[in-house]
Amino acid sequence: MADSIHLSGIIDLTPEDKHPRLWLEVMHEWIVTTDHKKIGLMYIAASMMFLVIGGIEVLLMRIQLAVPESTFLAPEQYNQLFTLHGTTMIFFVAMTIEFGFANYMVPLMIGARDMAFPRLNAFSFWIYLFGASLLYYSILGGKGVYGGSGIPDVGWFAYAPLTEKAFSAGNGSDYWALAIFISGIGSIGTALNIIVTTICMRCKGMKLSRMPLFAWLMLVTSVMVVAAIPPLSAAQIMLLIDRYLGGHFFDAQAGGSAVIWAHFFWIFGHPEVYILVMPAFGFMNEIVPVFSRKVIFGYPAMVAASVGIAFISFTVWAHHMFTVGMEPVANTVFVISTMTIAIPTGIKIFNWLATIWGGKIRFTVPMLFCIAFLFQFTLAGLTGIMLGVAPFDWQLHNSAFVVAHFHYVIVGGILFALFGAFYYWFPKMTGRMMSRTLGKWHFWLFVLGFHLTFDFMHIPGLLGMPREVYTYEPGHHWEIWNMIVTIGAFVQAVAIIIFVYNLVRSQFTGKLAGNDPWDAWTLEWATTSPPPNYNFASEPMVRSRRPLWDLKHPEDPDWKYEFDAENEMATK
Amino acid sequence: MKRFALQSLRGSAQSLLGVRSGEFRVHEFYTSLLRALGKFGSNLFNKLFVSPTNIFDPRSAPAHEIFRLSMFTLIVTGAIFITVSGLLLYAIIRYRQRPGEDADQEPPQIYGSNQIELAWTVIPILIVVVLFLSTVRVIFSIQHAAEPRQALDVQVIGHRFWWEFHYPKYGVVTANELHVPVSSDPKSPLPTYLQLATADVDHSFWVPRLTGKTDLMAGQVNNMWIQPEVAGLYLGQCSQFCGAEHARMLLRVYAESPEDFQKWIAQQQRNAVDDPDASAGRAVFEQNVCINCHLVKGTVANGRFGPDLTHLMSRDTIASGTMPNTRDNLEKWIKNPDAYKPGCLMPSMQLSDQDVNRIVSYLVTLR
Repeated sequence: MADSIHLSGIIDLTPEDKHPRLWLEVMHEWIVTTDHKKIGLMYIAASMMFLVIGGIEVLLMRIQLAVPESTFLAPEQYNQLFTLHGTTMIFFVAMTIEFGFANYMVPLMIGARDMAFPRLNAFSFWIYLFGASLLYYSILGGKGVYGGSGIPDVGWFAYAPLTEKAFSAGNGSDYWALAIFISGIGSIGTALNIIVTTICMRCKGMKLSRMPLFAWLMLVTSVMVVAAIPPLSAAQIMLLIDRYLGGHFFDAQAGGSAVIWAHFFWIFGHPEVYILVMPAFGFMNEIVPVFSRKVIFGYPAMVAASVGIAFISFTVWAHHMFTVGMEPVANTVFVISTMTIAIPTGIKIFNWLATIWGGKIRFTVPMLFCIAFLFQFTLAGLTGIMLGVAPFDWQLHNSAFVVAHFHYVIVGGILFALFGAFYYWFPKMTGRMMSRTLGKWHFWLFVLGFHLTFDFMHIPGLLGMPREVYTYEPGHHWEIWNMIVTIGAFVQAVAIIIFVYNLVRSQFTGKLAGNDPWDAWTLEWATTSPPPNYNFASEPMVRSRRPLWDLKHPEDPDWKYEFDAENEMATK
Repeated sequence: MKRFALQSLRGSAQSLLGVRSGEFRVHEFYTSLLRALGKFGSNLFNKLFVSPTNIFDPRSAPAHEIFRLSMFTLIVTGAIFITVSGLLLYAIIRYRQRPGEDADQEPPQIYGSNQIELAWTVIPILIVVVLFLSTVRVIFSIQHAAEPRQALDVQVIGHRFWWEFHYPKYGVVTANELHVPVSSDPKSPLPTYLQLATADVDHSFWVPRLTGKTDLMAGQVNNMWIQPEVAGLYLGQCSQFCGAEHARMLLRVYAESPEDFQKWIAQQQRNAVDDPDASAGRAVFEQNVCINCHLVKGTVANGRFGPDLTHLMSRDTIASGTMPNTRDNLEKWIKNPDAYKPGCLMPSMQLSDQDVNRIVSYLVTLR
């Protein structure tokens, strides 16, 4: 056992300088930092801020839709709100909050001292924040000379030719295109950084086949980001050329094509869904085994399924376009690719089930969120299959059912996993535990609110209610369902308030966590909470996927069972 | 004594009968309660799920096909959900950590199993194949349906925020309310084929009980067909976001017997009624810019941007289903369209009340 794991020496015990500092000094430190942990926290904090903004937007929309023929909002205001809500939640909350966790956790998990390119990391964060702020500057900024809307009001997928100068006279579409284009530069920067970090910066002994699954999922996600964002950026530049330089890419009356925009957008847009959900899978892969007290079932299959999903996700985009008048053969191709993606996704669900099977489940708050994820994500996947059945989609497309479906994915799946990640890693990030009581209140209220909102939102869709409508006539029996949905939205808001309160309070008065409060197995738990600058005093060395398990169970280490050439040599 | 006994006997018999009739009443009470509950239930169901735009209540051939496929999909996905969530629920309850257990004792670590993983790869593949084949059949049968000779062709043109319908064979143009013949004889179906185009941005034609939606894409012509089997009014609306008043771009499809449909066509083919009593209003109408956007066949009004008004009063609603077509509403609408459909493209012409009144007096003659 000469080459067993050296973990004892990796904790840096140098006491931190505790003298009181000026507020300005602290600010300066955060602004100029290139530390992956600080940047990660800033990503998370900024995304949380936008989450609250996007949440307030949706509450206003839900008040408007609670009763038919409501005049609470003007039509333009409603259209602006859903555009801001969608754009904010996708580009400035979901994507970036996951980048935040990746920034913080990936180097720790792979035993690195920082990301590969710390300055690029800082640049990516600040350019994202600038882009996101630009979108909201549209509220203060000029309306444009034609009295059109200064705030984007074209929907988050901004179908041309509605965004062309003729139909969108104000500056709204410009803000929309530029804000996302600029923050997209940040996304690509962070993605490149994560790719290089996971490929080049792993500690001794951590082969790709021993990398924690969250790091794997972030690697796959980042490759997808690098491939998916450029088509969107290109389309946005083409749109701006149309709007300002007399181009006709999407101007159908001058020979351009409206369908081309849809293709460009969804070639980005569908991989984007998986860009959002893959990190959530990563959270699940870390949290579920720890609280089931079992190793993840079928690690190689999980990696293969993730890579498979990433590839297939680039072939399914036109299932958002079954109604644009494609030929039956084209529709058929996209039906089969869409259904195929259910297979690797199914493998993941079953592998989590098998991980839980035979375990000893600890119902901690992170685990509660992960269990809810399993049920909700399964259902979201199945409504996805319904939408993949093209003729069924001809009915469901652009209805409230679709809105319910993708919120089931994004809230019921991704956000639940994110909450799990918050409760799981908060002790590592701050050194303090989050309140379990408040966490349970948060969980149960959020579950209640989520199901009130999104279960019942499917029904008006089945009864013919389209999406993106600022009001509706009575008499279609959409009223009762919309009222329930609105009530659910407010229950969720209460749960979020509890969550934010819990975050703030635990930061100051939470129970001290220690290095490893969950009795977990990956490298981030081998260092102090919060980790010191540069994470590890000396480079750790690992022999398996769960280095801390090996340390805690020297009699029965993982590397005995993870067969690869090196371990086989060792056991001989 | 004897008498008393007789009386008591009679009494008990009566009470017995009373009880019996009481029981009878109880029985009756229960049946009526059940009936009331049933009625309440069906009322509730009607109130919650019965809708003029329910996709699960098809009335047209392609909608029926979609409905059958949808039900099959629902059954398959429902079965998968019950199986998976049942297993999950079982695992969560069965494998929870129990209070008395030794917390330090870790459960056996299982790293994976090729056989099991192969099984839950192959079974979903089989399900996908079945679902895929049944989907493809319906895609082709709807999209490749041959157009019968007797089919009606209608051109649909989407505008912000209203619908224009052309019947090229009959030379008829109308707006927002589509009239089509019913196809009651399955042996010789009478479908309506719609050619969809747009004058500005993308829209989508969706009348759930007739068939799924098809988009009106800028720069291309799309096709769809409907074949309503029952006469009646079918509602729908634009389902591709098209701007401020996307929510009030409503659709009304009137399916009529072929005879009624021919009558309607004959009526629509006529020039506008020229009622001398309304000449004052006609003059105001024709001297204002109304005629730049609206067409009244047989007059100088030949605008194309707004709905054709030749037979305005043959329609039930105005402003694309926003309100009923009454004199009162016409007046309010002309005075200030923005108050009823904020963001619509018809401006308020700032006419005096008297002029508005005259115009409306003219419009109501356009039957």
